[in-house]
Amino acid sequence: MKADAMSGGFADAPIEAAHGFRAILGALSCPGAIVTVAGAAPPPPLSPAAGLAALVLFDGTTPVCLTGAHDSAAVRDWIGFHTGAPLVGPGQAMFALGDWVSLQPVTRFAIGTPEYPDRAATLIVEMDSLDNSGALLRGPGIGGTVRLSLPDIAAFQANRALFPLGFDTFLTCGGRLAGVPRSTIVEAG
Amino acid sequence: MSDYNFAYLDEQTKRMIRRALLKAVAVPGYQVPFASREMPMPYGWGTGGVQVTAACLTPEDTLKVIDQGADDTTNAVSIRKFFQRTAGVAVTERTSEASVIQTRHRIPETPLTEGQILVYQVPIPEPLRFLEPRETETRRMHALEEYGLMHVKLYEDIAKNGAIATSYAYPVKVEGRYVMDPSPIPKFDNPKLSGTPALQLFGAGREQRIYAIPPHTQVISLDFEDYPFEATKAPHPCDLCGDDGSYLDEVITDDAGGRMFVCSDTDHCESRRAAGHRGRMSPKENAA
Repeated sequence: MKADAMSGGFADAPIEAAHGFRAILGALSCPGAIVTVAGAAPPPPLSPAAGLAALVLFDGTTPVCLTGAHDSAAVRDWIGFHTGAPLVGPGQAMFALGDWVSLQPVTRFAIGTPEYPDRAATLIVEMDSLDNSGALLRGPGIGGTVRLSLPDIAAFQANRALFPLGFDTFLTCGGRLAGVPRSTIVEAG
Repeated sequence: MSDYNFAYLDEQTKRMIRRALLKAVAVPGYQVPFASREMPMPYGWGTGGVQVTAACLTPEDTLKVIDQGADDTTNAVSIRKFFQRTAGVAVTERTSEASVIQTRHRIPETPLTEGQILVYQVPIPEPLRFLEPRETETRRMHALEEYGLMHVKLYEDIAKNGAIATSYAYPVKVEGRYVMDPSPIPKFDNPKLSGTPALQLFGAGREQRIYAIPPHTQVISLDFEDYPFEATKAPHPCDLCGDDGSYLDEVITDDAGGRMFVCSDTDHCESRRAAGHRGRMSPKENAA
């Protein structure tokens, strides 16, 4: 493990984690809202927003699946040192972290069971850009409709069709983050 | 500086609660199991709400705590002091100034706004529990969306009493999927559950469940076409502030049948009195 795996975490964990969680909670409860978060300085290609989500949500009880370029030694070391999360394959993961292409097929991830729909994976999808354009979103948390640049529309429609099962998604780009829970209804532009 | 971690709970516990909260938001009305902790207060005093509040608070928050609408009752005062001491947050009694409101069994009269979080203390989170005591069965009923038993219960109300007699903890359906117990709020408050711009979080400490209603979410009180849901209250105006639209408490004033009706929401009542509104039993000197 390199020394820089040990840097880039929270300086004041209780306070920074509280701020980070409120931003994440706000993003998931208002799908389409793009929040700016700060506090994490992870090694690339992990974005600061995805790094923050990892610091706030991951720990030794949350198996994590890294995909694509995110499954690198630097990212593995950083997540391991700061969160202690075990790294696993897609089927066992509570969280999956990577870009959209490398996460495919997203049907690999847990969607919960009819008795326990909470036992579903949360995907953290690294995006090249994130803005309020493209797919039309409506559903719980959205007053009317909102647009969000989803990486794919059909996959989110298929996920919504499973409701109350399905994965939940955070889209991250740089220091910005948006939430798309499984309850969100997605339509093409 | 406090000797406690920020907001009392350790970070590992807060992460566990936070993950449960996110799943609760993603599946509105579904009860997410969580590993509820022992809190420095007994079960039944809001340990679920306290844990949810602790997981959500930031140092910049302004916290309001109410117990049956009142800011000045034992449960509200002690929880407010608890977070003043362990989180150092600002507190208020004004609904409009609060960013996080923890409540026991009421929704404030003042409409909630975007960005506010309302945290409910929940004693029995399972709406089907008194109809079916087995957790394995109620869980399967939720999975299969098998809610006929709940309508039978409401029907029996009508058969026995001529109307739906359930007056608090009135069951609701969230986004057309999960039947949910809104905690023992009076059914007068049920319409406020639906479509509010605030985030509503529910914590049941003893029963170890967390559930949520995101903003702008449809919440419908169960009823029948010929016996529609009614948000009832005592048919009086408040005797202190004169409001005839707020939920009222009945207060016995003597042993000769004397009584008065006052707003259950103390902040609402005081704001109205400060604005010059008067009721039937307002002191005369104030009315001048």
